[in-house]
Amino acid sequence: MEKHITLPLTKELAKTLHAGDRVLLTGTIYTSRDAGHKRMCEALERGEQLPFDPEDATIYYVGPTPAKPGQVIGSAGPTTSGRMDAYAPTMMSVGARGMIGKGARLPEVVEAMKQYSGVYFGAIGGAGALLAKSIKKCELIAYEDLGAEALRKLYVEDMPLVVIIDSEGKNLYEEGRASYLAGRQK
Amino acid sequence: MREIQADQITEVVERLCIEANEHLPDDVKCAILHCRSCEDGEIAKSVLDDIIKNFEIADRENVPICQDTGMACVFLEIGQDVHIAGGDLADAVNEGVRRGYDKGYLRKSVVKDPIRRGNTGDNTPAMIYTEIVPGEQVKITLGPKGFGSENMSAIRMFKPSAGLQGIKDFILETVEAAGPNPCPPMVVGVGIGGTFDKAALLAKKALMRPIDTFNEDPFYADLEREMLEKINELGIGPQGFGGRTTAIGLNIETLPTHIAGMPCAININCHVTRHKTEVI
Repeated sequence: MEKHITLPLTKELAKTLHAGDRVLLTGTIYTSRDAGHKRMCEALERGEQLPFDPEDATIYYVGPTPAKPGQVIGSAGPTTSGRMDAYAPTMMSVGARGMIGKGARLPEVVEAMKQYSGVYFGAIGGAGALLAKSIKKCELIAYEDLGAEALRKLYVEDMPLVVIIDSEGKNLYEEGRASYLAGRQK
Repeated sequence: MREIQADQITEVVERLCIEANEHLPDDVKCAILHCRSCEDGEIAKSVLDDIIKNFEIADRENVPICQDTGMACVFLEIGQDVHIAGGDLADAVNEGVRRGYDKGYLRKSVVKDPIRRGNTGDNTPAMIYTEIVPGEQVKITLGPKGFGSENMSAIRMFKPSAGLQGIKDFILETVEAAGPNPCPPMVVGVGIGGTFDKAALLAKKALMRPIDTFNEDPFYADLEREMLEKINELGIGPQGFGGRTTAIGLNIETLPTHIAGMPCAININCHVTRHKTEVI
């Protein structure tokens, strides 16, 4: 049932993923929320480099709890992606392709996804304790002053995700609901 | 007159912050398990299974259920025959939040100014709600409130002519607009009546009431049942992927209101609806 996917998320790999696919993701991803995205987009405007190589990168919208002694990371579920809509097209324009979060996206984000072969994955909102289990390494790489919102590099193994919006713009929020309701009427 | 030391309030608040964030209340767990058994959507079943696994891990390993450990909403019912000694009450509560969020490795999610931002670094200040009641006890309820769901809440000042139908439509419209954003399955708190501000407070209080209880007035108890059923016909489903389980609970609280008005506030919460109470 589930597709095993290994990063980086190349254009070719992105095109094999479809809305509704259940995915187990393995590889390196980066964390960022509103404040981090704002800084990254401002850096790009000034012509500066990002703290990581955005080419084929996947960004996880998360602000984890502090790690307890012995933990790699604290609880780490997704935050609402819509707050990153203002920045996502810019991030895709410099090569970032994958986004992990939860909740609806604006049409302009979906358009950028079609243009750059982006993929929007959903992690289960509120399942922070479970999702932390798939995070094997965590390293703070920039914006330490932002605390929970600092930029982190993670290595994940078999992270359970669902493709919400694929590179053709198909959307599980629309299709999943419609097909469920259609099934009920039979 | 009974004397209660401010330090004691700090200790209780500290403990409640940690316990509320690590252990989901039984009423919410039962509702999720019940909804799993009734769910007929395919992806929906696996989402609910993961949500169950998640609260089990949190219970077993004493870790936060969700990384959004919220703003600390602290409800204090203070007996009128109590004298709080040895310190300022608000300071005592905030010290409890400061210690609880530090010792519990909980996320600090509070900014000191709504426009200029800037994290306060210790999750204070708490949102404190005080009520003076008869007796000589202090009842403390702590509800950490995440903002993925808080952001999807709504308030409207209805004309009385909008009537019951106006309220019903508003509830469905608000849940529909929230869609996948508040991490469904959600819990819906509805406050009707009072003034603009009291309606919002009632909605928040509705979220603190266990979801396996009903409004004492049979009229509103029926409305709670009816609206929960209608919400679960929308098809939004767990995480918005489609399915039956869009909400696991809906509570309504009401107050008398003005002849010219019918305020209604809807406070949305997620499946991690946390609340824990202790009486001193």
